Amino acid sequence: MSIKALMISGLLSASLAQAVMAEQLSGYAFIKDDTRAMQDDDFANPGLIAVATGAELFKTASRSGGKTCADCHGEAGEKLVPQRIATYPVYDSDNKRIISLQSRITACRTRVADDTLPVNHPDLIALETFVRNRARDVPVNVNTEGTEIKALLKRGEELYNTRYGLIDMSCHICHTVYAGQYVRGQKISQGQTNGFPAYRLGPGEMANLNLRITQCMDLMRAEPFPSDSEEMKLLEYYLSARSNGLPIETPAVRY
Amino acid sequence: MHQAQIAIFAALLSLEFTGLATAADPAASGLPPIEPYCHWEQTDLMIVEPLCGLKGDAKRGRAIATDGNRGNCVACHNMPFGDVEGYGTIGPSLAGIGGRYPEGYIRLRVVDTKSFNPASIMPGYYRDPGKIHRPAKIFKGRTFLTAQEVEDVIGFLMTMK
Ligand code: HEC
Ligand code: HEC
Repeated sequence: MSIKALMISGLLSASLAQAVMAEQLSGYAFIKDDTRAMQDDDFANPGLIAVATGAELFKTASRSGGKTCADCHGEAGEKLVPQRIATYPVYDSDNKRIISLQSRITACRTRVADDTLPVNHPDLIALETFVRNRARDVPVNVNTEGTEIKALLKRGEELYNTRYGLIDMSCHICHTVYAGQYVRGQKISQGQTNGFPAYRLGPGEMANLNLRITQCMDLMRAEPFPSDSEEMKLLEYYLSARSNGLPIETPAVRY
Repeated sequence: MHQAQIAIFAALLSLEFTGLATAADPAASGLPPIEPYCHWEQTDLMIVEPLCGLKGDAKRGRAIATDGNRGNCVACHNMPFGDVEGYGTIGPSLAGIGGRYPEGYIRLRVVDTKSFNPASIMPGYYRDPGKIHRPAKIFKGRTFLTAQEVEDVIGFLMTMK
């Protein structure tokens, strides 16, 4: 019996399903030709607006005054090391917590300017986009070594494999088993993270990884994990490590 | 491409995937009050009796099956109507389904395929709400479709011969 016939009979077991998983591909491989052309053209890519906004905020002191990001990292962020930006999210073993790029930026702002932007605030996403864009074309390189990190990757994978919501599907079902298939005319990708923050044509705005995961959980009619919850961080970490080796595309253009 | 063109392009693209959309805000969701759950029985992989003894309406069922905010069956299934864009390819085509299976068989599949095949990814449209893991707040205690809507969809599927 062919794999397809098995799927149709609905008897496809989880282990067989895993065998269908193809080589690791960026979301770029799944988007339409004109979307790809839009991403590749710096004049057409709407995500570049967020990069420019972020660049501006980088040089601007917060409302309460204090230093700017540029005071430490250079006018155009030239003192930021792209290879290090590519390692986010990172695990802080001293404090036993996962630090996303967004939370790193927030931590910096709090330290120098005593001013925090709420999680996923458009200005914060613009800053994140600007910073991540500094590492464009650098391969994602999240740390997967060590017992503590291996344990959190395992917990992230469990969350990835859990079914949620009225649709009652897992991330794994859509992005591993059915990647390349269509959900209502929309090609499902492998759910890789190297494009984020990305410009989304559907909602017409920037989304970082955190928001994209929330949007998928909404799609599943599930209660999304809160943006700063442990579960969300574990999912972000696992998903990012799964993208290791893929070149950063920020800002990608996605549906 | 400048801003205006980008906006039009984005608007065109959004037409093709209304699917599986939800409103995060309960007030804006426009959902009717929660109905009591009608228990059903399965025998020989069929639910022979209509849910709550209701009668389906095929015309309404067709609308529910294609509506991105209701059944959205086309998100995953090809249902050749000619006027719906963007089918899914995750599930088998439903063309001719009413000619292939008895009504009771189709009812069980739409209501809760997972009751007999836990590996299935076909959403249960009238699953016991107590079995749903982490439903969105606005859907808590609800079935995916109401009993009437399920019967409407089945009425419609039975016309696809
Ligand atoms: C019902 C199907 C479905 C499920 C379940 C699902 N997604 Fe998605 N996801 C999509 C679709 C459709 C897209 C948009 C097309 C694409 O990029 O894959 C998407 C996009 C994404 C992307 C963006 C990929 C890119 O390159 O732009 C990420 C990351 C992602 N999903 C993560 C998740 C996570 C994490 C979960 C589970 C919590 C999940 N998804 C569950 C359908 C699904
Ligand atoms: C998220 C994807 C998805 C959605 C949405 C969906 N289905 Fe399915 N459906 C499937 C899959 C996959 C199967 C194949 C067997 C399995 O996995 O259980 C299936 C199987 C079926 C079958 C059995 C077909 C057969 O040949 O045995 C029927 C009938 C059916 N679906 C009807 C519907 C109806 C009606 C709706 C909407 C009210 C719907 N489906 C929505 C994925 C979906």
